[in-house]
Amino acid sequence: MPEAWSLTLDPLTLVIIGVAIGTYALRLGGLLLAERLPRRGPIAAGLERLPGIVLLALVVPAVADLGLPGLAAAALTAVTALATRNPLIAMVAGAGAIAGLRALGWA
Amino acid sequence: MRLRDSYAPGALWRGARDNLGIGVAVSGYGAVFGVLTAGKGIALADMVAMNLFIFAGAAQFLIVEMWTPTAVVAEIILAALIINLRYLLVGASLRPVFTGRPLHHKALGMHLVADENWAVTMNGVARAGGVNGGAMPGPAHLLGGGLCLAAFWHAASAAGHVAGNFLPAPHVLGLDFAFTAVFLALALGLWKGRGDLLPWIVTGATAWIAAEMLPGKWYVLIAAAAGFAATVIQHALSGGAENGANGEEALSDA
Repeated sequence: MPEAWSLTLDPLTLVIIGVAIGTYALRLGGLLLAERLPRRGPIAAGLERLPGIVLLALVVPAVADLGLPGLAAAALTAVTALATRNPLIAMVAGAGAIAGLRALGWA
Repeated sequence: MRLRDSYAPGALWRGARDNLGIGVAVSGYGAVFGVLTAGKGIALADMVAMNLFIFAGAAQFLIVEMWTPTAVVAEIILAALIINLRYLLVGASLRPVFTGRPLHHKALGMHLVADENWAVTMNGVARAGGVNGGAMPGPAHLLGGGLCLAAFWHAASAAGHVAGNFLPAPHVLGLDFAFTAVFLALALGLWKGRGDLLPWIVTGATAWIAAEMLPGKWYVLIAAAAGFAATVIQHALSGGAENGANGEEALSDA
């Protein structure tokens, strides 16, 4: 095979292609396989809860890395999120808390 | 069946109009996405490619968060696809909307299905028929909604990306924690009740331990597997009577 074939793709491009194809396959696949997918029962309950579980798996180590300031910012984020039901306001509260603690030299 | 029978301009427009309100909310989120993407040094063209070809908010946030020039490509793809596994169920629930349509109409209609326009169209599905009910929404309602959301998402994230280049270092603004805060807020919004407590504890503890012990981002996949297993086992043990109720609830308020 000629050298020109060793086309290298930037890793981010690979990520985008992989996720794009996979996500489209999930969207269309769900519609086409509708009759075969469990609509209820343990597996459906598990699939349904995966997004929350994945997000939580990202959150816990990130908060632990920041120690006590991270825990304080996470608590403020959670309270704001539950009170306002708005992820955007919760994000501003959480990021603002960390920025403030850093400005004070506490984080 | 011609494409126009599934995607009439008037019906597309109605779908877009029904998603205007939620589109405004999506643009706030899109602006944050643009700022964070710029903060990670990801080029505008790459962000636009993500918006065009992936079009899934939570997964795109996850990709940007996990991305570093030395990141393992497979880890990121797997984690993003696990977050998007819910689209299997979303797609399955849209069967009444696509009844009797040929494959290429389905293929065209599914790409721009996001949580928001799905919810809006499913609301129409739930109200279809009945005494005061309207007609069953068709693929055009869904696609019109998707186009509306995409317009807001593209515009807002591009604006955020441009603005992000003028902001001070992400660290100073706490923007590194912004990902964590967004993920936490989204996760809390997905909480389905006390039954989730045990799986969430299993997930959190596994993530914490695995992050300490393993390199890279494998802890995301390992904790997701543990949390999924805990959920399935818990629902299997809690028996048949509850399963039915949970299944219905699962599809109605995702």
